[in-house]
Amino acid sequence: MEPLKTVEGRAYPLGTKNVDTDMVIAAKWLKTISRVGLGKGAFEALRADPDNVFDDPTYAGSPILIAGDNFGCGSSREHAAWALIDMGVRVVIAPSFSDIFASNAFKNGILTVAVPQEAVDRLMEVAKTDPIHVDLEAQSVTTPFQDRFSFEIDPFRKSCLLGGLDEVGLTLGNTSGIEQYEQKRAADQPWLVPAVA
Amino acid sequence: MTQPTTLYQKIWDAHVVERRDDGTCLIYIDRHLIHEVTSPQAFEGLRIAGRKVRRPDLTLAVPDHNLPTTARRDAAGNRIPIADPEGAGQLAALERNAPEFGIRYFGDADPEQGIVHVVGPEQGFTLPGTTLVCGDSHTAAHGALGALAFGIGTSEVEHVLATQTLLLKQSKTMEVRVDGELGPGVTAKDLILEVIRRIGTAGGTGHVIEYRGSAFRDLSIEGRLTVSNMSIEGGARAGLFAPDEKTFAYLKGRPMAPQGAAWDAAVAYWKTLVTDEGAVFDTSVVFDASEVVPNVTWGTSPEDVVPITGVVPAPESFADPSKQAAAKAALDYMGLTVGQRMEDVPVEHIFIGSCTNSRIEDLRAAAAVLKGRKIAGTIRQALVVPGSGLVKRQAEAEGLDRIFTESGFEWREPGCSMCLGMNPDRVPAGERCASTSNRNFMGRQGPGARTHLVSPAMAAAAAITGHLTDVRELVGETA
Ligand code: SF4
Repeated sequence: MEPLKTVEGRAYPLGTKNVDTDMVIAAKWLKTISRVGLGKGAFEALRADPDNVFDDPTYAGSPILIAGDNFGCGSSREHAAWALIDMGVRVVIAPSFSDIFASNAFKNGILTVAVPQEAVDRLMEVAKTDPIHVDLEAQSVTTPFQDRFSFEIDPFRKSCLLGGLDEVGLTLGNTSGIEQYEQKRAADQPWLVPAVA
Repeated sequence: MTQPTTLYQKIWDAHVVERRDDGTCLIYIDRHLIHEVTSPQAFEGLRIAGRKVRRPDLTLAVPDHNLPTTARRDAAGNRIPIADPEGAGQLAALERNAPEFGIRYFGDADPEQGIVHVVGPEQGFTLPGTTLVCGDSHTAAHGALGALAFGIGTSEVEHVLATQTLLLKQSKTMEVRVDGELGPGVTAKDLILEVIRRIGTAGGTGHVIEYRGSAFRDLSIEGRLTVSNMSIEGGARAGLFAPDEKTFAYLKGRPMAPQGAAWDAAVAYWKTLVTDEGAVFDTSVVFDASEVVPNVTWGTSPEDVVPITGVVPAPESFADPSKQAAAKAALDYMGLTVGQRMEDVPVEHIFIGSCTNSRIEDLRAAAAVLKGRKIAGTIRQALVVPGSGLVKRQAEAEGLDRIFTESGFEWREPGCSMCLGMNPDRVPAGERCASTSNRNFMGRQGPGARTHLVSPAMAAAAAITGHLTDVRELVGETA
């Protein structure tokens, strides 16, 4: 995973509340076999509207997405996080997130920034004309106009994102416990290995 | 003296690799089942990071969800192409990934192929006291053998592949205790539907359920698999049955089960896997087996259960306003009217199959009802889909396939089939199916499809009469 320290750039000013994972990536995209390429299916229904922010050249390739309350509710599909990463989004800013989405986002290297609605409103306004700066180390979101909003994050998630460490990588970082466990079980209960390998 | 502990606690404690300060534990996983839908991106993740599968010997891959249940090879032995390109893509990915990562794989035309949750127990891959995971919520089924088994998401599949562990927090425990004897014509399916009716689909949330009492003990392993399978419909991540002599007899001689001296050592350990006298459960649900009758679902949630002798309930009969609204929507979707007798509800489709009810005993129970009878002329499609190639062979050896086909059923190849609208077997919109599967959600068997969950015997009875039917009337109380 790419480490995430600071992210600066334009932001998609979506603003919508209750964006469910079906809106992020519709069910018909679930039969894929890759995490890559889902970006083209992202926000498909919203993109039917010719004035949507995602197809507006002003915001093309933005690394930040700004949304309303309860972002990522609905089905637990991990494809929603894969689709966002694939379209280049590393940070989602909203007043609140669904737990499952927040966990899936984190597992895939996306930072979810929860700030109060007033902050979201201000950032939506700035996003229309200027870039936004997210600093994970300082836990802050700033704008070229001296706005500064701070946010909370679980220290474990913070260090993983800063270091670009995924959960698998972390567990693999120290496998001595697993090795000891396996040795003990191989000695105590050798029959645990299936009879036909 | 040590504290009396639950079976769940014993299995959990035996699998803790590391304990963190916040209570999260790194838990060792003994068995990992893989199918084609939730694994492609996990393998992709490994490939991108240059990682390998830590214990391919503890992993088993089988395709099931997307496979058509019609013939898979032509007369010359060539694969018959699958119409749906995406489903075919997922199947091809598994067929590629398994050998690439050194994982044992039962292919679409192997006799061992079947629904993952049928194959695991049948092969002796599932063992008492093990932790078992699969990227599928009905993994709970394996708890029937005393394995701590639960479904996981794709990221977790990748974590298990790479590390053979998962980071987990301990669940709460729930005991469901049913003593007494089930009446004639009342099956394991009716019993678990009764449990879900009582606790609701969220009743077991955050819990692991242990099924206790003589009614559960008296069930065969097949029956226990049916019960444990639907633990997730009651909100519980896993279900458990303490292993006993029936469990050992079922497993003995299975291809992947321990043999010889190893078998004896294993059985000695398995015998310790019981909840101690005096152990405390966080939640307890108790009722008597005599209260269970043949059940059927009327709505679009597995908790929407009524006796087959009952009527469609009025939404106002539910206390909770959100349940009232859900019931109204369900009745609309299902095309049913309040007060309608369940036995008067006509069905056009019959599905006998799925990881809930596709084992040999299920097929025997359905065949016993169908023998010498014909399905009603109003039935548009009646499918029997054995849970695995081995179940299919066994049924054919017993002549069950003939009973099914002579009565008008189609005898198919093993797979998930009409349990979910992911492969060609679907119920058309607005049509009704008596189904032995586990979910009656809107659109589950195809967009607009209407599902009534029943036992295999009740599905067979509905096939004969063309409407939902009390199997006890059809075969007499003594059946
Ligand atoms: S038979 Fe149905 S419930 Fe079971 S694994 Fe297949 S799709 Fe899931």
